[in-house]
Amino acid sequence: MSAALSAAALAADLTSSLPAVGALPRAVDSAGDPSTAEAVLFWVLAPVMVLASLGLLFARKAVHAALSVILVMICLAFMYVTQGAVFLGVVQVVVYTGAIMMLFLFVLMLVGVSTADSLVETIRGQRWIGWVAGLGLLVVLAGVIGTAAYPEPTGLGSANEASNPVGIAHLIFGRYVFAMEVVGALLVTAALGALVYTHRRRLTPRLGQRERAEARVRDGQHLAPLPAPGVYAKHNAMDVPALDPYGQPIESSVPRVLRVRGQEADAAEYAARIDRVLAGKAAVDRGTSASDEQGTTAPPHAEPQSAPIGEPRIADAVAGVDAGAPDSEEGK
Amino acid sequence: MHSLALAATLPAVSPVVNPAGATASGGVWSFAWLVVALPLASAAVLLLLGRRADRWGHWLGVLASTGAFVVGLLAMLEVLGQAASSRVWDLRLGTWIDAGALHLDAGLRFDPLSLTFVLLVTFVGTLIHVYSVAYMEHDTDRRRFFAYLNLFVAAMLLLVLADSFVLLFVGWEGVGLASYLLIGFWNHNTPYAVAAKKAFVANRVGDVGLLVAMGLMFAHFGALDFGTVLADPAAHASEGTLTAIGLMLLLAACGKSAQFPLQSWLGDAMAGPTPVSALIHAATMVTAGVYLIVRSGAIFEAAPSAQLVVVVVGAITLLFGAIVGCAKDDIKKALAASTMSQIGYMVLAAGLGPVGYAFAIFHLVTHGFFKAGMFLGAGSVMHGMDDQVDMRRFGGLARYMKVTWITFMMGWLAILGIPPFSGFFSKDKIIEAAFIPTDGAQWRAWVFGTVALVGAGITAFYMSRLFFMTFEGERRWTTRKDGSEQHPHESPALMTWPMIVLAVGSVGLGLFLALGNRFTGWLEPVTGHVEHEEPVLPAGVLIALTLTVVVVGLVLAWRRYATATVPVVPPLGTALTRAARVDLYQDAVNDAVLVEPGQHLTRSLVYADHAVVDGGVKGVTHATVGLGALLRRLQTGYVRTYAATMLGGLVVLLVVVLAVQS
Amino acid sequence: MTLTHYLVLSGILFSIGAAAVLLRRNAIIAFMGVELMLNATNLCLVTFSRMHGELTGQVLAFFVMVVAAAEVVVGLAIIVAIFRTRRSASIDDVNLLKS
Repeated sequence: MSAALSAAALAADLTSSLPAVGALPRAVDSAGDPSTAEAVLFWVLAPVMVLASLGLLFARKAVHAALSVILVMICLAFMYVTQGAVFLGVVQVVVYTGAIMMLFLFVLMLVGVSTADSLVETIRGQRWIGWVAGLGLLVVLAGVIGTAAYPEPTGLGSANEASNPVGIAHLIFGRYVFAMEVVGALLVTAALGALVYTHRRRLTPRLGQRERAEARVRDGQHLAPLPAPGVYAKHNAMDVPALDPYGQPIESSVPRVLRVRGQEADAAEYAARIDRVLAGKAAVDRGTSASDEQGTTAPPHAEPQSAPIGEPRIADAVAGVDAGAPDSEEGK
Repeated sequence: MHSLALAATLPAVSPVVNPAGATASGGVWSFAWLVVALPLASAAVLLLLGRRADRWGHWLGVLASTGAFVVGLLAMLEVLGQAASSRVWDLRLGTWIDAGALHLDAGLRFDPLSLTFVLLVTFVGTLIHVYSVAYMEHDTDRRRFFAYLNLFVAAMLLLVLADSFVLLFVGWEGVGLASYLLIGFWNHNTPYAVAAKKAFVANRVGDVGLLVAMGLMFAHFGALDFGTVLADPAAHASEGTLTAIGLMLLLAACGKSAQFPLQSWLGDAMAGPTPVSALIHAATMVTAGVYLIVRSGAIFEAAPSAQLVVVVVGAITLLFGAIVGCAKDDIKKALAASTMSQIGYMVLAAGLGPVGYAFAIFHLVTHGFFKAGMFLGAGSVMHGMDDQVDMRRFGGLARYMKVTWITFMMGWLAILGIPPFSGFFSKDKIIEAAFIPTDGAQWRAWVFGTVALVGAGITAFYMSRLFFMTFEGERRWTTRKDGSEQHPHESPALMTWPMIVLAVGSVGLGLFLALGNRFTGWLEPVTGHVEHEEPVLPAGVLIALTLTVVVVGLVLAWRRYATATVPVVPPLGTALTRAARVDLYQDAVNDAVLVEPGQHLTRSLVYADHAVVDGGVKGVTHATVGLGALLRRLQTGYVRTYAATMLGGLVVLLVVVLAVQS
Repeated sequence: MTLTHYLVLSGILFSIGAAAVLLRRNAIIAFMGVELMLNATNLCLVTFSRMHGELTGQVLAFFVMVVAAAEVVVGLAIIVAIFRTRRSASIDDVNLLKS
């Protein structure tokens, strides 16, 4: 909402001075003093930023805090641009908002999004010390800002003569090239450091496919892949166990997660339907028997323990259908 | 002041004729340093080789001492061949100290004074070395004993030959060390070790005096060599300074020579083997104080007050030792008291100024002979009497130890001052000199003269007492531990011959040196020529008086100790006797005045150390620990607390900066 | 409005970030507080740059961003490492500095 507001303000500001994008900074600070448009932008953005940053202090969930910080940073990017630091504004969005804050979000995801931070203080006195220190700092900073003597703002008109990025590039690759190199080295070091920190040493030998297969043979486990769940084209159907050649449902064919959650479908219901299909009633009255299904679904829920799941009916079906394949299978 | 005026008007009295001697080189001087080096090397060899030198070590010691004597004799002959005006030779050994303003060469000064000492020390020393070969025959540590003796000889020679106060101090400390080692030679016996320590401590008191004196000299003269300091002291320092230097030198002399008030160690020092007592505590080391005073005569003459103190100290010690000697039953302690008294004579003479220097040294030499002889005789008696030292257990030994008896008698007659034995020529001269009014002050002549005269009488009494109790009267021997009778016997030839030689010296040396004023003439280059002055009484009267008091003392002793029965158990005696037996309460006084306050001081210092210093240190540590315990509470381990601290600090800092700026 | 307003805003943001570091126990949020402080500084730098007509301030802000990126990488890695061993993202659980 507020972001939208500020965007609107910026848009207004932009449209007011948009003959060419390159001319934007110069238009803003030709005299160094902020124009009215800029003032409007500031007075819109500044409260938003303060409120958003307060979210850092009061948000219970870390994600909300992160989002409010992102908002602050985007607002800052606007401010950079209005102040003639076009390059920095873009970098702010790309690096800070795009990279750093995304990194924060990723870590939040790793650590757990739902980690709600209780605001109850555990260190005695820390709360009021924090408040006093923060407010004290604010007062002192205000004092410094208030008492300092500033030069008459010159503006970046001449400095941004050949556009802001070019000017900065001249500085970075000119006067500050050594600092640039050092900072690059720092980045590489930091990346390596992060790798080292997050690297987990392997404490057990690596278990590959071969090792797993050998272990399976050794323990007499299932050698082939587990059977796929039975697919009856009902919703995702992953919850329906497959049936073995004897018509028995294979429990392990249903994904473990569904089994743990108790979302496994009842095989008996499908067995009954199979019976019906085999009995020739097919899908013809499927639509009509929706209510019937509802009715019939209730008993099977109680049934499974008492009635061994659909074995006789399947046997009947096999006998009734007179299909050759099952026979041949049985004969094997 | 008056003395100064005198020195100005009478150049002949100026004591040091040739303060900076001729530079000695070539001839005998090229190896004269051996006089010190030989005994020193021998001591080093004996100490370093250890038991391997046990079989021949004592002979090496004798050889080294003899060698030193030969070198000394050669140097003496060389000097004797010179004219009287050029008998001071400086042998430069090399630069020793070159530190800023202080440049000091190490060098030896061969002049009549030092050569006299060299010959005395090496000659008597060699005799005592020979004596010790037999005396210490049954001691398992004989080699170590000879090493120490040689060390002593070397140090003593360095002391007397030094050409500066600093080098003298080295020798001074060296003889102190040797004395300490030898007194405590049988240090497994606790009282002996205590006696050694006592001597050492008392000597240190004197050494402090010498150190302070050297410091004063350096401050005022900027140099410490005899040539500079003694040339004309009055030109460099005020009379007050010179008095201070003189008193400090006197303190040093008192410590080394067992003069009042530092005399208490000498009696206990008899704990050492008898040859040690003879050499160190009778003939040589204890006379180093006299040497120091005579050597520094120029300073004392410029400080008459200090000179007066010297005389007073000498007079007090003279009487003190004599009185103590009358009451001692231990033969060695009686001799020690006698030594103290005789050195009192020398110091008195040395304090009289140029008029007495030569006689002080003269008496020193003759005393060195007869007292060493008597000590050796006492050692011989002890040797024959199973180390008995109580004279009340002697008696009638003359028949059994003829040589010892006769040699001891020579020494006895010499110390009594019976003509023509050597003591007569030296001691009577001192008494005569004491009667010469100094600076025209009649009272001084009378007082000190009388003291010296009375001292001679007492000396006669106690030495006769000693002699009679030991050699005359009836036998009062104890039985041995196993019950058998004692069989006193003469000592072996190695012990008797040195005694005989010394006895010959006791008899004839005085006459030989006194004839034609040979000795005073020989010393003139150092002590200065003295115009003859008349004592307050004619010399003949003085001699007669002296002989009279001596004879009175002798007869008294004869009546009491030769013809009468000497009680084996000492009688209670008069209060004075009882006081003299305990050295006139000198130990008690020392204990009361110095030792106990010192112990109280150390105790309170220890207490202060515990309470204040340790308490302070421990308090600081406790405070630190407590502070740490408090500060540890700040260390919660919570990052946020640390961050809060940082931020709080930042805020405070900014506030301060702002407050300061605005 | 003057440029000082930007500075005041920057101070406010900085203080809020600091307070967040002090008050939040969730390490990630505290870390975001640090980021907010860095951003506030950057705003300051950009404003100064404009005041002085000099691009150096912006260059400095750029370097701050890069360093912040490096810092975030390492910091988040540390948080992840801690979370793995302790199953917690609270800074108060990491108080082994005490003993």
